[in-house]
Amino acid sequence: MSAPLLQVENLAKRFGGIVATDNVSLAIPQGELHALIGPNGAGKTTLIAQLSGSIFADAGRITFDGQEITRLSMPKRSHFGLARSFQITSLFLDMSVIDNVALAVQAHAGHSFSFWSDARSEVALRQPAREALARVGLAASADKITAELSHGEHRLLELAMALAVKPRMLLLDEPMAGLGPEESARMVEMLRDIKRGYTILLVEHDMEAVFALADRITVLVYGRVIATGMPNDIRANAQVREAYLGDAEVAHG
Amino acid sequence: MPFRLPPLTLRNVVVALVLIALALLPVYSQLAGDRFALTLFTRIVILALSALSLNLILGFGGMMSFGHAVYLGIGGYAVGMLAKEGIYSGFIQWPVAILASALFALVTGALSLRTRGVYFIMITLAFAQMAYYIVSGIARYGGDDGLTIYKRSQFFEALNLSSKTQFYYVCLVILYLAIYFLYRLVNSRFGMVLQGTRSNDARMRAIGFSTYRYKLTAFVIAGVLCGISGILLANQGDFVSPSMMYWTRSGDLIIMVVLGGMGTVAGPVMGAIAFLVLEEILPILIKLGGVPFVGASAAARASEYWMIVMGPLLLLVVLFARGGIDGLLNLIGDKFKQRGRS
Amino acid sequence: MTLFIEQCLNGLQFGLLLFMLAAGLTLVFGIMDLVNLAHGSLYMMGAYFAATFTALTGSFIAGAVVGLAATLVVGMAVEVIAMRRLYGRDHLDHVLGTFGLILFFNELVRIIWGPAGLSLPLPGWLQQPLSIFGFQYSAYRFSIIVVSLAVAAGLYLLVMRTRTGMLIRAGASNREMVGALGVNIKLLYTLVFGLGAALAGLAGLMNAPILTVQIGMGENILILAFVITVIGGIGSIRGALVAALFVGFIDTLGRSYFPDILREMLSPTAASTLAPALSSMLIYLLMAIVLIVKPEGLFSAGQR
Repeated sequence: MSAPLLQVENLAKRFGGIVATDNVSLAIPQGELHALIGPNGAGKTTLIAQLSGSIFADAGRITFDGQEITRLSMPKRSHFGLARSFQITSLFLDMSVIDNVALAVQAHAGHSFSFWSDARSEVALRQPAREALARVGLAASADKITAELSHGEHRLLELAMALAVKPRMLLLDEPMAGLGPEESARMVEMLRDIKRGYTILLVEHDMEAVFALADRITVLVYGRVIATGMPNDIRANAQVREAYLGDAEVAHG
Repeated sequence: MPFRLPPLTLRNVVVALVLIALALLPVYSQLAGDRFALTLFTRIVILALSALSLNLILGFGGMMSFGHAVYLGIGGYAVGMLAKEGIYSGFIQWPVAILASALFALVTGALSLRTRGVYFIMITLAFAQMAYYIVSGIARYGGDDGLTIYKRSQFFEALNLSSKTQFYYVCLVILYLAIYFLYRLVNSRFGMVLQGTRSNDARMRAIGFSTYRYKLTAFVIAGVLCGISGILLANQGDFVSPSMMYWTRSGDLIIMVVLGGMGTVAGPVMGAIAFLVLEEILPILIKLGGVPFVGASAAARASEYWMIVMGPLLLLVVLFARGGIDGLLNLIGDKFKQRGRS
Repeated sequence: MTLFIEQCLNGLQFGLLLFMLAAGLTLVFGIMDLVNLAHGSLYMMGAYFAATFTALTGSFIAGAVVGLAATLVVGMAVEVIAMRRLYGRDHLDHVLGTFGLILFFNELVRIIWGPAGLSLPLPGWLQQPLSIFGFQYSAYRFSIIVVSLAVAAGLYLLVMRTRTGMLIRAGASNREMVGALGVNIKLLYTLVFGLGAALAGLAGLMNAPILTVQIGMGENILILAFVITVIGGIGSIRGALVAALFVGFIDTLGRSYFPDILREMLSPTAASTLAPALSSMLIYLLMAIVLIVKPEGLFSAGQR
């Protein structure tokens, strides 16, 4: 096996007295869908935040495709090919749906100190945006104002924005949060399709989805990795059952 | 890239008509012998330019600057101070004024944009006041009392800024150019980024934009445009004083922007017209409206206190008509469309 | 040396006065998240009320007390009529709405008291210089220091030691929580706003005998109060106190000593041209430096 695409070594983060990330190490090879699970407050979102660069780790190293990115800013990491979707929907609500995606494309298509030509008629921005919207099934809503979309459509738009920039790795923070059963099933299908072309780190509470999609799973409890392995191994792992799956009912609810 | 015309909505038609009417105003003024209209509208056109520039950062960039009038002062004083030193050439005065505005915007913007929310409001306000006090303290250039400018900026033989009509058209052409420039700008890549930061700055950074640079650039562009309007204001009044950049003037500019509507490029033009015309006619309205109730002399006295109406009026606009004139026109336009359909 | 001590006391007095103003501003920010430009108008109203009631009653003390009460009432009325409708809206609305209130108050004062301005004469016993440790100082300025210190201490006790204060602190950090406690939040807001108004009024009436009572008097000092809240950290009363003292000292000492310092470094003519401009710049420079180092102010909310 070649060197992993994303490698995390001994990452640590504290907030005051609380240890949010405790000596976490991960290695995700190219093409894998790696799921990160754990009970509420296990530090999953904090970890994603450190990977995407919205907060910095106190100690440890993050390497992406052989380059150390531990101290790089969020925009820089995004340019390296790390795209993040947000657990709490974070969109440009007052702009049109296609403008949302086109902005994501624009961030990776040359500089934006262009003051004169009409960005909305730039094929290089609009075409990939339309493709990404089509891929998640939102093509028909392209010209709507984003605020008018349903919650489920917002989740899809989040995904489209991450996909539009053709990233080398997706960091998906609970793409199914707040979705109904039907919408969740649709999202699982979508991710199954997408995972063929991408390396993905997926944080998710929906166990059914996780076990259906993941190649490997890492279990985080109180900021610490208690197990990493194939879905079947994780399901069978006594420590995981004890520490986490007993809590699964709560996590589901 | 192809250039797209704005869609033919009621609002855009009204804006176009207003812009055409502005071009015809000197004709009216000449025919009707109404010299005052020309003076008033020169002022309106100049302040519309500053409101336009403020709207770039406030309306499109979401940067709540409360010190924008400082550029009126910087542009104005650049002209005034150079004139005082005997330099009247516009080829020197104007670039100096523009550079000074850009520099002030760059330095204060770089500092202010590190902060957010209320801090940003206050720090822009404080920087403007700083400039106000500095100018008030320089005795050579008139201090508190201001500085009279004895000759307007000079360009070529053919262009005489002392002619009221010529000066009006110079201002108007600059306003037209600014509207066109800003229209292109807000629809460009840069404009999209700017609107993205207004909408959701954190997300912009997550998708890979270093938003600070874009915001700072917009801040400087807005400063320069307002600095130009300061140049014009100094030339119109043949006088500059610190009160040009007093913080209440910054407040006036915000009112013009909101009154016109922050949604569009040309909204602030409507706002400037509405605000300044209201300033002129509110006293008259109070006088006329009051006559039947309290008698002519009391009504005349009451009309001096028109601000007491203006203040609460402002509060009402804020509370109930946030879209401003622009929003109102869109609302009426939509009503018409619906009726047309049914 | 004596002059230096006197200037230091003046700086202390000015700083404490600014604290009165900034405390109300920062409380209203912290708790209601409201940018109140009309705070300076309440300062002005305090001064006008005190001048009027002093003239009516013939007693400075009675005038001040009635004036203070009147400002409190006006403040609470403003909250009930106007401010209440601005909570939860964005800052632009606050700025515009309260800007409208400034226009209103300025015009109201012009209608009631005329454009000329008033003066608030001091009673004889406050005009005499006071001798402290064999050193002469204005009795009135000294009493401002005493009153302000007492108010600051009272404010501290109110915020840190009483149930209302507990709610105020809780409200600043978590609004929903206070609502969930079943507290009458509307009343709390009205009271806090009234308290802020009264503090502003007190600052206005105490400053009135030193300056003239005139329209727009609240506006210049309001900017200083803004600078203080920014330096101190919005929502922090402790920050407001520290920053107010800083600004008071720097402004007062800067104006009296900065020209001399400049003269040492530059030619006398250059110094006398630049000194007034530069000394009025000092506090803004201070603010810029603080914001470069700590963009959220010295004491950001939460650690008051």
